[in-house]
Amino acid sequence: MSATVVNHAGARRQKRGMKVWPLLLPSVSVLLVWMIVPLVMTIWYSLQNYNLQSPPAQFGGLSNFEYLFTDPDIPIVVWNTLLLVFGPLVVTVCLGMAFAVLYDGPFPGRGIARLLVITPFFVMPTVAALVWKNLFFHPVWGLLSWVEKLFGLQPIDWFSSHPMVAVIIIVSWIWTPFATLILLTAMQSLDREQIEAARLDGAKAVSRFIHVVFPHLKRPISVLVMLETIFFLSTYAEIYVTTMGGPGTATTNMPFYIFSRALQGFDVGLASAAGLFAILIANVVAYFFIKRISEHL
Amino acid sequence: MKPGSTRTKRDPLRTVLGWLVGIGMSFPVFWMALAAFKTEQDAAAIPPKFLFAPTLENFVAMSERVNYFHHAWNSIVVSFASTLIAIALAAPAAYVMAFHASKFTRALMLWMLSIRFMPAVGALIPIYLILVALNLIDTRFALVVITCLSNLPLIVWMLYSYFKEVPAEILEAGRMDGARPLRQLWYLLIPLTLPGIASTGLLGMILAWNEAFWCINITATNAGTLALAIASFANSEGQFWAKLSAASLASIAPILVFGWFTQRQLVRGLTFGAVK
Amino acid sequence: MTALALKNIHKQYGPVVAMKGIDLQVQPEEFIVLVGPSGCGKSTLLRMIAGLEDITSGELYIDNVLMNDVEADARGLAMVFQSYALYPHMTVADNMGFALKMAGVPKEERRQKVLAAAKILQLEKLLDRTPRQLSGGQRQRVAIGRAIVRRPKIFLFDEPLSNLDASLRVQMRIELAELHRKLKATMIYVTHDQTEAMTMADRIVVLRDGVIEQVGSPLELYNRPANTFVAGFIGSPKMNLLSAEVVEQKEGTAQMRIGESSFLTLPAHAGLAQGRTLTVGVRPEKLQQDAAGSISGVVAVVEHLGGETLCYVDIAPGIRLTVKLEAMSTVQVGDRTRLALEPGAALLFDADGKAMH
Repeated sequence: MSATVVNHAGARRQKRGMKVWPLLLPSVSVLLVWMIVPLVMTIWYSLQNYNLQSPPAQFGGLSNFEYLFTDPDIPIVVWNTLLLVFGPLVVTVCLGMAFAVLYDGPFPGRGIARLLVITPFFVMPTVAALVWKNLFFHPVWGLLSWVEKLFGLQPIDWFSSHPMVAVIIIVSWIWTPFATLILLTAMQSLDREQIEAARLDGAKAVSRFIHVVFPHLKRPISVLVMLETIFFLSTYAEIYVTTMGGPGTATTNMPFYIFSRALQGFDVGLASAAGLFAILIANVVAYFFIKRISEHL
Repeated sequence: MKPGSTRTKRDPLRTVLGWLVGIGMSFPVFWMALAAFKTEQDAAAIPPKFLFAPTLENFVAMSERVNYFHHAWNSIVVSFASTLIAIALAAPAAYVMAFHASKFTRALMLWMLSIRFMPAVGALIPIYLILVALNLIDTRFALVVITCLSNLPLIVWMLYSYFKEVPAEILEAGRMDGARPLRQLWYLLIPLTLPGIASTGLLGMILAWNEAFWCINITATNAGTLALAIASFANSEGQFWAKLSAASLASIAPILVFGWFTQRQLVRGLTFGAVK
Repeated sequence: MTALALKNIHKQYGPVVAMKGIDLQVQPEEFIVLVGPSGCGKSTLLRMIAGLEDITSGELYIDNVLMNDVEADARGLAMVFQSYALYPHMTVADNMGFALKMAGVPKEERRQKVLAAAKILQLEKLLDRTPRQLSGGQRQRVAIGRAIVRRPKIFLFDEPLSNLDASLRVQMRIELAELHRKLKATMIYVTHDQTEAMTMADRIVVLRDGVIEQVGSPLELYNRPANTFVAGFIGSPKMNLLSAEVVEQKEGTAQMRIGESSFLTLPAHAGLAQGRTLTVGVRPEKLQQDAAGSISGVVAVVEHLGGETLCYVDIAPGIRLTVKLEAMSTVQVGDRTRLALEPGAALLFDADGKAMH
């Protein structure tokens, strides 16, 4: 009879659970560095008067923060940031909801139509912005100006007169598919029997929606809102490619402000202070989101 | 009961609206795709031309002007490499979280997710300065590392959710058969979750490909990806939309294809399971 | 040398105590069955032996070597899971050869060992199939084959038959018993089915709420259960456990009332004081119809099973006796009947449920 296959004489003796820690190490250590180093440095620089064009850095205490809160641009920047969050939020959620209701029921070619609806999300944000800028919004050659002329109106130069609206349209276009997908998925997980029961109870389509479907969607909507808020707070590429924050500061939001101060104005100290501010806000929103999803782990 | 599939009632309003919305939403992309095949005159024509003689001249010009292939190659390398590395780092961690769960691993996962939500701008200055100091500005290496780290939490999460679907008993049987954790991962877990890993990889590549923020700020002609190429192309060649459209179309086409195949993973991945 | 020894094993999940005071010695080549109702801890115990669960305190010895801190993959044990846990993406041959592969055994030798094990279980024709293509019974065999190939020190079985249909279960029971004889291996088997325990075990360990109630051979447990729980658990149909009052005790016998007009006469016992109430255990198969019997009641339900007849007799409001009669019995619902107990077949249990000998 052949010898026992498994060697138990020289068996590994280790406290169970210890064994698997090394597997976590690579990702955790890497992410730790990724998180801590920039954070520490940002905090450090925010306390320095440091302009890349005139080094070295000198300790400035809270002067950057003072400047930040007294910079006349700041209220505009904050306002723009809020607009760029709530504008697309409202549009995407409403449209997303409408589209989800639309695609919830069957119709011929639904699969393909659905694919078409979600296309915008996969387009590179830079490309998306450019398409809208040149092919739609352009006052001379854009499609919209052609349509406006058809109606006898003066064509609008969107990026000069309504830059914020234009950017909001672009962001909304990109993200509505995301909202649609999420709400559609959530809708399709709704137990059909509830709706049937409501129908048997004589409820019409609209009231069925209000009383059965919508409550079920409250949760996914809150998830959607939180997620989109986090992403919209860092809107960047769309602005870079269309307005560069302008005209003036009309479309400068927080990320762009930091970018322009740091990489164009070379004022690292100020940009760092602003960066901390942005991180703080993001943390607050993320906290709520994390709490919500931690239930699912 | 699968929603809607048992009823064959035709709803004409829904059909019309459904198609209108679909066409409407994707219209800009199609309009751009059309423009890519027009001459500059046709592209700039008012009223807009829907019928025209197609040409490939833009694509030819594009490869000369914008150094398209160089940037495309960068995009491919960065997307591929960052995703592959991320998966390699993430798989062991996801394994531990899925099969040796504890309060600690849960907290760890939440911490990882919170990093994902931090605005990139917060790290811009330090990273920029570090890269300058290390002479890594405008290198593919730097972009790969940064993209990898940016997407890592998401990839860990997605692998975790796919791993959890494998019955723990199969791995326990492997354990009894003498397989230590890494071998369980290699011989048992990964073969059983290949479709999930593929979807995760696909999503990771899409996110890396479309990534514009870091690209614009820390790379230039050498390591710039297509995202950057388009952005700079826009500034210099802003008037030439036919060429711009061609360049854009060539830049987004692969991802559109990928994206069509991964829509379900998108929801699962980006909402972190909060929506089922 | 014992194959397996458990000394004062304790298992806790945070503040919740799952098992305590587990002591057990298993001899080589023994077939031990751990049996008990769900939640009694039998699977937990098995998993602790396997190394899949931590032991909170106490000692576990395999072949007299302390194994508490040894990893599951290094203990030299093999386990057959309730759901078989076959590797879905591998063929039967690869499933069975996996452990050998992990141990670094060369390919040719692996193939031969797998073939040898396959022959024992008649799996040779299925070696190239994947689990998806197998029936439940076949999968189970592969799971067992996977364990055999490793020639482990101890085989662990976690309710392997519960996913099979009834007829297959009976067949597999016999095959497993034969396998045990053939391989001369130590086997520890977990089940909730007392029939499996009785038919397969050399010794049975009865567990309840994380504690061992009794350890013994099947007949020991059947004839001399240590308490009412074991008495009621072992044996099918279930033993009748009746509340009995001692009416009088004289001339070496004691008379106990178990129902309005039902009595049992038992040999005198020190613990039988007049007026005392205790529990009497009477197995259905030890009762017979007897016109002169001391138990009287009305037949409520009759079940004809073909080979035997089960009869439920009400001897008092709320007190129903299960009686096993022979197949040809002509008893009818509503009959008044008298029953007699085989002499010496009654078991006595005190107020705590412990057996009185």
